[in-house]
Order: sequence, then structure tokens, then C-alpha cells
Amino acid sequence: MTFDQLLTATEPTPPLMEVRNISKSLGGKLILDDVSLSLNRGQLKVLIGPSGSGKSTLLQCIHFLLQPDRGDVILDGKSAWEMSHFNICSFRQKIGMIFQDFNLFDHLTALDNVAIAPRKVKGLRRTEAYQRAKEELARVGLSDKFDHYPAQLSGGQKQRVSIARAMAMDPKIMLLDEPTSALDPELIGEVLNVIAVLAKGGMTMLMVTHQIGFARHLTDEIIFMEAGRVVEQGSPKFLLDDNSESRTALFCSHLTELTGR
Amino acid sequence: MGTWEFYTEVLIPVLNRGLLLSIKIIIPSAILAVLLGILTGAGRAAGPSWLKKPLDLYVAIFRGTPLVVQLTMWYFGLTSATRWLQPLFEPMGLPAWTWMMFTMRPFTAAIFSFALCGAAYHSEYIRGALLSVKKGQFLAAQSLGFTKLQTFLYITAPVALRRAVPGCGNELIYLIKYSSLAILVTLKELTGSSKHIASLYFRHLECYFLTALYYLAMVTIATWLLNRLERFLTLPGLGRYDA
Repeated sequence: MTFDQLLTATEPTPPLMEVRNISKSLGGKLILDDVSLSLNRGQLKVLIGPSGSGKSTLLQCIHFLLQPDRGDVILDGKSAWEMSHFNICSFRQKIGMIFQDFNLFDHLTALDNVAIAPRKVKGLRRTEAYQRAKEELARVGLSDKFDHYPAQLSGGQKQRVSIARAMAMDPKIMLLDEPTSALDPELIGEVLNVIAVLAKGGMTMLMVTHQIGFARHLTDEIIFMEAGRVVEQGSPKFLLDDNSESRTALFCSHLTELTGR
Repeated sequence: MGTWEFYTEVLIPVLNRGLLLSIKIIIPSAILAVLLGILTGAGRAAGPSWLKKPLDLYVAIFRGTPLVVQLTMWYFGLTSATRWLQPLFEPMGLPAWTWMMFTMRPFTAAIFSFALCGAAYHSEYIRGALLSVKKGQFLAAQSLGFTKLQTFLYITAPVALRRAVPGCGNELIYLIKYSSLAILVTLKELTGSSKHIASLYFRHLECYFLTALYYLAMVTIATWLLNRLERFLTLPGLGRYDA
């Protein structure tokens, strides 16, 4: 054991992000009921659960795109509630979000999609922002698509642009909301590859997905949600074991029956 | 006077002068109406609630009353209002022009009423276009740390403006034609000068037929320009399919 490892071993580092007791009602219906979770630096956690279980709402609440009714998000030791409106925007900068339906800016080229936030939000100079955008697009394998508009890209390419767009803001955490659900089966692989590279590069991520096979190889913890609550959480080995009688295993076996995986 | 001389010596020169005045009314009205319409539409679609109520009221009034009535109100109505202003200002020892300041010249009244009424309609097209921008675009911008104003300026507005061009263009075409109402406030614009010659020479058919052609020419040019603009603004996946 090296000296550095000894240091980290003796001094437990606080989690990079802590979600504390978040509740949220939408239209009079309780969507999130007292959800808590935490993410350590470099950790990838996978969030699964049936549709309507509140996964997407949870991600939006973590990002404060939706204000939770109760509870708090603590990022890097700072509480989201203690921030002013202006600071909420800088809080959001530190969290990258990938949407199921990409949400690329339709009126901007791939390059501008990636460069606009660094330019306008971070105030980077044009040349710097474009330099950075080109690097990020190259990283997701889209060096030849700089001048393409979203309408000229395939689903997989759009999602990769949106990953580059989020990464260009140097987020501390990435939230991925079913990044491959809107894709044709043959396009899923290219997006999952990019996500796997990010994970191996030490990016902290919270990912909602139904790609169980992919998830179990990358993650060390699966969080299973149902009806707005965290029902189970644990290592994939434990939750998805064939003999395990976990709710997660049951749900995943249904998924496998349906998709044949 | 022969027919040919009537056209070359009388009708066409007079109509040309009228056309010039019409254009002088249309262009500033159009610019003001679009600018005011953008501000009103943006305020109504994305503004704070204390701003929405008065703007909704403004649109309700100016879309809900005939333009003829509005125009006559601004010109004749304001002029007769000086009757009430006079006893207000006279005891203060203020000169006559103080209350006369509240009246409008015909030219001003025309531009003023066309701009205000047009803006009410433009604001509807702008509002609709802003509301048509997908919610995901907001979410994506917010998630990157854009403030509300930045989201509006860099994300929503560029998309919405493109969608509003056909509607607003339609309103501009209307403006060209309802500029003829300026005849009501004594202006000798295209229709006004045509009516003058028609009743002077009693040649109504020729006069109004030629006037109609003048308007048709203006509308054709405007349509062509608007088409050019639409094409210029079209991006892949956003705007015309044939561009």
C-alpha cells in the first residue's frame, strides 16, 4: 500500500454528492417519497425500476431543474438550498445531464451545441470554446460532424453530441436519464461505449437504464426504485444473483424475458 | 384631355406621389409593429406575471376593436379631448400649445395606430412560436447552467423567431393593405389620392383598378422579400422543407 492510499484509507472522504430525503409531489401525486442516496468520487451507480417509479423526477430534482418539496442535495459539501438563484445556475453547471431524447439545440450545429454553454455560461473566448468543443467531439468520435445540425445526425450521434456538450462544462457528476432508450438497437452500442469510457476515466455517474447486462459490468451498486421509494440497493452480484429473491432480480428477469437478453 | 394624357399627366403622377406617402407610412409602422410585437409576445409568453396581465389587456383591446375606430380615436378623438385639457391647463397660465401637444398630426396618428394594432397581432404569432419550443430545449439549457434570460436569448428566441416568420409576414402583408385606412385621417396616400382623382374626373373604374394594381405590386414584392427571409433563416430540420 502506497502512502497516498494509506491516507485515503485512514481518512474516510465524504461523498461527492449526497441526496438527502428528497420528496416531490407533482399534480397532487407523490412522485418521490423520502429518497436518499450518495455518490463517491468516481463511482457509477445505476438506478432501475419500472416506469412511473420516479427515476426521471429524481434526476431532475437532484439537478434542481425541479425544486424538491423537501430534502436537500449536497454537492462537494455545499447545500443546494443555501444557494441564491444565481448560484443555482452555477450549481447546475457542475452537474451534467444526458436526456433520453437528447435535447440538442435544434438551431445550432454539433460544434455550436457543444461550444455555446462554455461561451455564454462560463464566458470562455470563442476560439477557446471551439477548441474545447472540437476536443470533446473528437473524444466521442464525431470529428467529422462539426458542421452537422441535429436533424442531420443519427440518434446515436445525437446522444454522443449531447455527452460531449455536457462534458465540455467539466461537470463533477453526470446524470444519465435512459441515454439509450430512444435509440435503434444497432445504435445503442456506440453510446454505451462512450459511457463505458467515461466510467473508466473516473467520471462520477448516476445512470437510469434498462441495459442491465451493460450496467452490471460497470457498476458497483444498483439502486432499485418503485413507487417513489428506494426499495433495494446493493451490488449487482448480490441483487442480480440467480438465486437471489430480490425485487430487483425479479424485475430484471421480466426485462430479460421481454428483450431476450 | 385624351385618355392617354389622363393616365400619363394626371393619374400616374398623382398615384406615384400617393404611393410614396403610403410607403412612408408602411415602413415605420411595420418596423415599430414588429419590435413592439416581439416585446409584447415575449412578455406574454415568458415574462413575469405582473407583466402578463397588462399586456394581455393591451392585446385584448387592440385586437378586439376595429382599426378604423382606433385610428379615428387617435386623430379626431384626441383632438376633441383638448376641450377637457384646455380648462385644466389655462388656469395654470400655460400657453395654448400645451394642450395642443396632446393632439396628433394625421401622419403620426396613422403610424401610431397601425403600429399599436399590428403589434397586438404580431405578439400572438410570437407568443405561439415561443410556446411551441419544446420543453426539452429549456431543460437542456438549464442543465448546462444557463440563466432564464440566457436561455431565452440563445436557445428559445432563435428557434421561435424562425417559426414566427410566416405569421408575422402575413401581418405585414395585411399592413400594406390596411395602410389605405389612412385616407380617413385626411392623408393623401395611395387610396386617398386615387379617390381624389376619381371624383375629380369621374373616372372611378380606371383610378381604382390602377390603385389595386399598385397594391398588388407592393404585396408581391413584400411576399418575395419574406420568402427570401424565410429561406435565409431556414436550417436543416428547422423551417421550410424545400429550401
